[in-house]
Amino acid sequence: MAARKIKFDWVAATANDLKGGEAVFRRADGSWTRAVAEAELVPGGEAGAALLARAQADHAANRVVEPVLIAVDPTTRRPLSLRERIRADGPTV
Amino acid sequence: MYRYDQFDRSFVAARVAEFRDQVQRRLSGELTEDQFKPLRLMNGVYLQLHAYMLRIAIPYGVLSGRQLRKLAHIGRVYDRSSGHFTTRQNLQFNWVRLADIPDILSELAEVEMHAIQTSGNCIRNVTADHFAGAAADETVDPRPYAELLRQWSSLHPEFTFLPRKFKLAVTGAAVDRAAIQVHDIGLEVKRNERGEIGFAVYVGGGQGRTPMIAKKLRDFLPERDLLAYCEAILRVYNLEGRRDNKYKARIKILVHEKGLEEIAASVEAEFAARPVATANLGEAEIARIAAYFAPPKFASLPARSSVLDAAQAKDSALQRFVARNVSAHKAPGYGVVTVSLKPIGGIPGDATSDQMDALADIAERWSFDELRVSHAQNIVLPHVRLDDLPQVHAALAAAGLATPNDGLVTDIIACPGLDYCALANARSIPVAQEISQRFADLDRQNAIGELKLKISGCINACGHHHVGHIGILGVDRQGEEFYQITLGGAEGADCAIGELVGPGFAADKITDAVETLVETYLKLRRDPGERFLDAYRRVGLGPFQEALYADA
Ligand code: SF4
Repeated sequence: MAARKIKFDWVAATANDLKGGEAVFRRADGSWTRAVAEAELVPGGEAGAALLARAQADHAANRVVEPVLIAVDPTTRRPLSLRERIRADGPTV
Repeated sequence: MYRYDQFDRSFVAARVAEFRDQVQRRLSGELTEDQFKPLRLMNGVYLQLHAYMLRIAIPYGVLSGRQLRKLAHIGRVYDRSSGHFTTRQNLQFNWVRLADIPDILSELAEVEMHAIQTSGNCIRNVTADHFAGAAADETVDPRPYAELLRQWSSLHPEFTFLPRKFKLAVTGAAVDRAAIQVHDIGLEVKRNERGEIGFAVYVGGGQGRTPMIAKKLRDFLPERDLLAYCEAILRVYNLEGRRDNKYKARIKILVHEKGLEEIAASVEAEFAARPVATANLGEAEIARIAAYFAPPKFASLPARSSVLDAAQAKDSALQRFVARNVSAHKAPGYGVVTVSLKPIGGIPGDATSDQMDALADIAERWSFDELRVSHAQNIVLPHVRLDDLPQVHAALAAAGLATPNDGLVTDIIACPGLDYCALANARSIPVAQEISQRFADLDRQNAIGELKLKISGCINACGHHHVGHIGILGVDRQGEEFYQITLGGAEGADCAIGELVGPGFAADKITDAVETLVETYLKLRRDPGERFLDAYRRVGLGPFQEALYADA
């Protein structure tokens, strides 16, 4: 939710794994990982749109479900929004 | 309890086989997500933040030991050895894999359970008073009617694509533990002066973003007309309910926009037009279903148990438990035991597989093999002999299930919130945990008395915050979790929607705010018998606002 309101400087593509449902992030080599730190980071805008298109192709190929872009801090490689941090790390409880 | 007949068995088996095939086709890529999503939702499968979630229907909250043991087993094999009981008397598994779900559904079918109609715009699991068939204050056992409604609404071809979801609740006691006035249809089973059975029928209640208290359509609908009348309501809604705007699609909006008179006229016209012979409930059918819910063979016992009295005199933990978690039973010498799933600092509504097994054992041994799930996310052992309470208490304590806080400030309802739920704006569980820890002291809790605190992580209100004496709603304020407080909500016969007290609180301030409210109440209450809700109704928001925002 919050991610939408934050300026998309650097973005990663995230989705849920088709079989297990776990939150996954797209690596530069096109594989998907549970570790957000390994995700491909690109500047928002055109590069972001291209990353999303690649992720959507994985959705179409039934590897992942409903990919979206999320804002990530390029230094810490942590998602900016609490929701995405919880997705990346698991429940806080 | 109700047992599946051949028809129930074959339709559930057919649905499992059908869904197994659909999952297979999804995993092989034959079905796209767009094609699959409505199919999985019809079978109770959601995709949440971390995993698929499977919501299992527990019809009107009634479980046998065998069924609960199966849920424990599923938790162990397919989830993380636990399950989450919800405010709709259902159970959710938060960590299941799509590929495993057909096997889970097969296992459930073995114990006459399923996940059909636990999602989607259809008639959802019918809920009922969790003390049904047991409570001393009950007029009529609501379970046979809940079961009739379950059968009628299961796969009802006309009501598979309603404008929005539709929830029914039934109570058989005037105090209303089933929160019928915040349901799409709420039914109170009662008797008239002649001793005949009928229903007060309420329509158009609900929570969510536009909370509404239901309006009464009929004060005494004859028993035989139950299904025909509900069908008439559903028909009017199906035809006239809004389909253009998801937020205005529930029947409460239709009732609100048209007004009671017009809705009543439409429903009565539809009802009058029914083909009488087929739509009436026959006496034989009612009796056939009611027979499944015949009371167990209670022993004839004195109302007081000297065994229990003696044990309580020696054991203060038992004494606290009995005082708080045991309610009056209709049969002398028995009690209704509420097993709190709200240990201090725990996750409201969660039970481990081991705890479920323990509860199944306890129910089989000491409660005629019956258990109930309450909408307050607790478990009920409906028929326990007072003489057996010391042993039951010891067995519960051994399983970590003897928290004596039924109805107290730490008996918090909380939805999964942002820790699990894809729709959430803020976390609910950590807020519940912190408040629970703050008020951990039992003497303090008992001094405060009955206080229903309910937390939702978004405006969908699964945590029932609108009807909490203190309600907490999580919102997202520019990327930060914020919590709004409402006061004075109530869910029973004196149903009320809570009022917003003022600006919200940051996550690290919300527990302090609750404490301020409680301290304010303690200072202004007339005597310890005046509950938080009563005091609020007497004094209104003012003193609470002053206390909360004094420094602002
Ligand atoms: S109230 Fe909102 S956050 Fe909580 S479970 Fe319901 S939809 Fe999710």
